[in-house]
Amino acid sequence: MSDHGNLVDLVIAAASEAWRGNGEVLASGIGIVPRLAAGLAKLTHSPELLMTDSEAYLVEEPVPIGPRGEYQPKFAGWMPFSRVFDAVWRGQRHAMVTPSQIDRWGQGNISCIGDFRKPKAQMLGVRGFPGNSINHPNSMFIPAHGPRVFVEKEVDVVGSVGYNPARWPMGVKRDYVDLRLIVTDLCVMDFAGPDHAIRVRSLHPGVKFEQVQAATGFPLHRALNLGETPAPGAEQLAIIRRLDPHKLRAAVLKNNPPLAKAA
Amino acid sequence: MPNKEIGAAQVVAQLRDGMTIGIGGWGPRRKPMALVREILRSPLKDLTVVAYGGPEIGMLCAAGKVKKLVYGFVSLDAIPVEPFFRKAREAGGIEVCELDEGMLQWGLRAAGMRLPFLPTRVGLGTDVTTHNPRFKTIKSPYEDGEVLLALPAIKLDAALLHVDLADRLGNTQIHGPDPYFDEHYARAAERCYVSCEQLTDRLDLSHPESAKANFFERYLVTGVVHAPFGAHPTSCAPRYGWDMEHFKRYAAGAAEDNGWARYRDEFLSGSEAEYQARLGGAERLAKLPLPVF
Repeated sequence: MSDHGNLVDLVIAAASEAWRGNGEVLASGIGIVPRLAAGLAKLTHSPELLMTDSEAYLVEEPVPIGPRGEYQPKFAGWMPFSRVFDAVWRGQRHAMVTPSQIDRWGQGNISCIGDFRKPKAQMLGVRGFPGNSINHPNSMFIPAHGPRVFVEKEVDVVGSVGYNPARWPMGVKRDYVDLRLIVTDLCVMDFAGPDHAIRVRSLHPGVKFEQVQAATGFPLHRALNLGETPAPGAEQLAIIRRLDPHKLRAAVLKNNPPLAKAA
Repeated sequence: MPNKEIGAAQVVAQLRDGMTIGIGGWGPRRKPMALVREILRSPLKDLTVVAYGGPEIGMLCAAGKVKKLVYGFVSLDAIPVEPFFRKAREAGGIEVCELDEGMLQWGLRAAGMRLPFLPTRVGLGTDVTTHNPRFKTIKSPYEDGEVLLALPAIKLDAALLHVDLADRLGNTQIHGPDPYFDEHYARAAERCYVSCEQLTDRLDLSHPESAKANFFERYLVTGVVHAPFGAHPTSCAPRYGWDMEHFKRYAAGAAEDNGWARYRDEFLSGSEAEYQARLGGAERLAKLPLPVF
């Protein structure tokens, strides 16, 4: 991996922005990149975040990923799954997850592909998606931005809710639905388009808007001040390297080119 | 006081075709696999199985024991989708009630409190309600008037759990980092059977210092089964980790013709002692490393 970092490091730094200014909430990064991003957020701009050891304990120091060697996690509190659900239902959590499908309304699917009664491909089941999405802020990380993920129509199984008005019966409270960022290998997007439409906010170095649009099954909005996703600084890179001593992040993106020296 | 110790085969003899059975633990963690294996060896069938699913779901599906599944997920963690569960789903042969993880415990809690339902927002706006058409909503009778999902109670005929310690009175202790939702399975069930790594006469005499590891009362416990390594191939932290080598061997079978039959013949044709002997015995099982997250 390069001295100035690689694309995955830029993606991690961009994803860490999801948790900026969230206050004291449980930051749950599910998967290698989201977990590193949450750790980076806590160790830089947002030390107030709560975090677990990815098993059952709260920690104030993010736990490095992979075999630990001498490192011993230090427990600040206990957070078994029952208490995670309490945090979710009270809304004091911001999760970053990787749906297999996302649609224009921000709805996500990890349940199955095809007909629910006889799936073409069974996946995990809805897991915590319904509860997360109707209760607290959520962001997404997509390692390979393409039209099979960002689907043209609705996702095959709506596991996490979004901004599709047809899905909301009268009287159901939608106030806590709060989709924040989608960070991919091409760009950073948010839901700041008209009626929460998905909008490209920044492009990773060398990526064109048209390329992102071509890799997306629905029309994207373009931020007025669309710019380039910033490269990670030296301090951020040092933290990412410390949190991922075995370089597990190197295998997350299909193409992980080295970054040019940051400006 | 009655001695609640019974054998795994006696537990299964008390179960009936068509029952709804809740299985504790979480994915590949602290599953009552010795009891599940006893079901696999029995003629029991047409079960409705409720679980945060791991290998027990795949095995029960492969063995043709399952009529209906109620689950939030079915996973072996490092093997993200349980292979025989996937196979059963893609064949379309089983009825399913797929729930959000939080909804599942909510339904168990409703049953444990003898309520017909508990309200929640979770599931609204998603296909969980589409694919569970019997779920109804309810309007708050207060000034907010909010429409909520009335999640029906998930009542269990029997719950099967695996814990670290039990005594013959039915007291139990869970020493792993997370008790998961075992207590709610116990409360939701007519009868609860608990297998344990270690069995004593009286936990108040043998292990009073760890009484905070007791998560549900003995009046919920019908029978205790002494089953050392009874969670294998799932983990029972802090005692032993899951057996990844065994999971891989098992998972490979899902892609083969007669893969399940071969697994069954190799590992389930004899007693629990023979099962363990084929896996390298207690010596190997005790050394299975804990997973690192």
